[in-house]
Amino acid sequence: MKKKAGGGTGKNAKPNADVWELRLYVAGQTPKSLAAFANLKKICEEHLKGRYHIEVVDLLKNPQLASGDQILAIPTLVRKLPAPLKKIIGDLSNTLRVLVGLDVRPKM
Amino acid sequence: MAKEKTRLLRGLQKVRTGIEGLDEITNGGLPKGRPTLVCGGAGSGKTLLGMEFLVRGAMQFNEPGVFMSFEESAEELTKNVASLGFDLNRLLASKKLLVDYVHIERSEIEETGEYDLEGLFIRLGNAIDSIGAKRVVLDTIESLFAGLPNPSILRAELRRLFRWLKKKGMTAVITGERGDNALTRHGLEEYVSDCVILLDHRVLNQISTRRLRIVKYRGSTHGTNEFPFLIDERGLAVMPITSLGLKHTVTSQRIPTGIPRLDSMLGEKGYFRGSSILVSGTAGTGKTSIAAHFIDAACRRGERSVFFAFEESPSQIIRNMRSIGIDLQQWVGKGLLKFHADRPTVYGLEAHLASMHKYIDMFKPKVVVVDPVTNLSTVASEADVKSMLIRLLDQMKFSQITALFTTLTAPTSSLELTEVGISSLADTWLLLRDIEIGGERNRGLYILKSRGMAHSNQIREFLLTDKGVDLIDVYVGPSGVLTGSARISQESQERDIESIHQQELERRKMNVETKRKALEAQIASLRAQFQAEEQELKKLTEQEKMRQNGVSKLREKIAGMRKEDSNSERRKR
Repeated sequence: MKKKAGGGTGKNAKPNADVWELRLYVAGQTPKSLAAFANLKKICEEHLKGRYHIEVVDLLKNPQLASGDQILAIPTLVRKLPAPLKKIIGDLSNTLRVLVGLDVRPKM
Repeated sequence: MAKEKTRLLRGLQKVRTGIEGLDEITNGGLPKGRPTLVCGGAGSGKTLLGMEFLVRGAMQFNEPGVFMSFEESAEELTKNVASLGFDLNRLLASKKLLVDYVHIERSEIEETGEYDLEGLFIRLGNAIDSIGAKRVVLDTIESLFAGLPNPSILRAELRRLFRWLKKKGMTAVITGERGDNALTRHGLEEYVSDCVILLDHRVLNQISTRRLRIVKYRGSTHGTNEFPFLIDERGLAVMPITSLGLKHTVTSQRIPTGIPRLDSMLGEKGYFRGSSILVSGTAGTGKTSIAAHFIDAACRRGERSVFFAFEESPSQIIRNMRSIGIDLQQWVGKGLLKFHADRPTVYGLEAHLASMHKYIDMFKPKVVVVDPVTNLSTVASEADVKSMLIRLLDQMKFSQITALFTTLTAPTSSLELTEVGISSLADTWLLLRDIEIGGERNRGLYILKSRGMAHSNQIREFLLTDKGVDLIDVYVGPSGVLTGSARISQESQERDIESIHQQELERRKMNVETKRKALEAQIASLRAQFQAEEQELKKLTEQEKMRQNGVSKLREKIAGMRKEDSNSERRKR
């Protein structure tokens, strides 16, 4: 299994409040998970370049983590920071809705 | 019985729920390794049924369970079921039970494309594996529909979930909210179709009754009726007593009625043990007194008894019975007698039945009195009361409890027609009635029937004295049946007539005696007369003899003087 968690860490993560902490819950390497990760990466690069941090949690490996964030649907993207907590489910294929869900103002 | 059935139906194995009565109507429990849908409206007891299924499974059958709650948190659940006597914390600590609270906030969730519920599967699978669960409850999985968008995905995922549960061999209970036209709001019955249980909470005449019905049960026979159930401090209890049927064994042991004269009317021995006795009568005919005597006699033998009172409070009954010389308080004090008094309107009929059941189960009495059953018909129809009594009687006969019911008959209706038509259920039927003669109301008792024993066909006058009930013969004579003072005056009249007859006889006897004496006197005087005459005659005879003697001597003298030749010659002449 490919280590996605490592690949997803944001570049030059500044330790300030402006950093977006995102967590993507997946269950194995399903097409939906892979698509979700790819879509997320793309959106972040486009809109949050340099101020994001993605953690990928594979529930197949750590099933006990599912209850922490109340994860039911897979894939689920959780915006840990900035508050409030937001959840986005699905493969993140609808970019506009992801942006709305993450509350990211798209760059004009 | 249930076990035999499961053995016959080899294809389907069942898991006992441990819930009172539910295993009987399902002939052994829920289908093993399959999901069961429990649906019902709000407050119908779905969550409780699920929780009790797990708790009893963990405690009685050593089958750990996972409770996946979509509505209440573990703390809330623990508090809620603590009132029913379930200690969740202990079970949680000993890893017999696991509560997973799944919380979804619709406002936090945005859907962006395809998703699946693998997270739920993983959570559930993790929970199941961590305690080695055999039982799973999903309560209420339908709330996912409110929390997650795209119902078509949800449906497909739920179908997959139930299949997955089946594959894992989990005996699952899935609860669902009752829908408008369907069993559940989101049509879960389409996916969970092995066993569907419907819970219902109905209010009729301002009295609510909970009912349970098994809508379907694939591959098994089951009770199809609506069964009332009760939620109380011991959990959930279904009342499937009709399943007992007419299979109870009987004994020919007899137990006294507490009234010696009544015993003698019932073939000298009293009621049969385990039989049902019906005491019917109009108001104030002494039904409760007969019941109290029966209870008193039972307690004297050291048998436990229960008095279900629907009309009077226990202290009132105790006070009233003291006035006829029965001290029930002592038996209450010794723990032999328990009163259970409720207004019939407190709750529905079925709840009454259920609470009576529980009470009987708990206390295990030998004698039960229900006074009066007719009061129950204020909360339900006669047919309902009858079916309830059948169930109650079945249970009591099954456990060899002698039951005495009193019923109040309306003065206008026929006395032999009890209001709820339970007469056919009674083995012994005592009828108390008023007899109105001469401006008096007196009580009469007779035995309308007594199955399986010789019994008196006589009417007895029923007296309430300060030493209890007394039965005395009524006056049956040419002027009909008399009771009360009419009987007493009739009896005294009879006594008068009797004494007159007696006197007459005495007088006649005296007459005869006098006559006899007179006659005897007469006889005596006659005899005396006769004796006198006899005496006279004797005297005369002697005089004659003497005279003759004297004559012959004279002749001899004269002859001697005449110098006759000889005496002999003279004699020849």
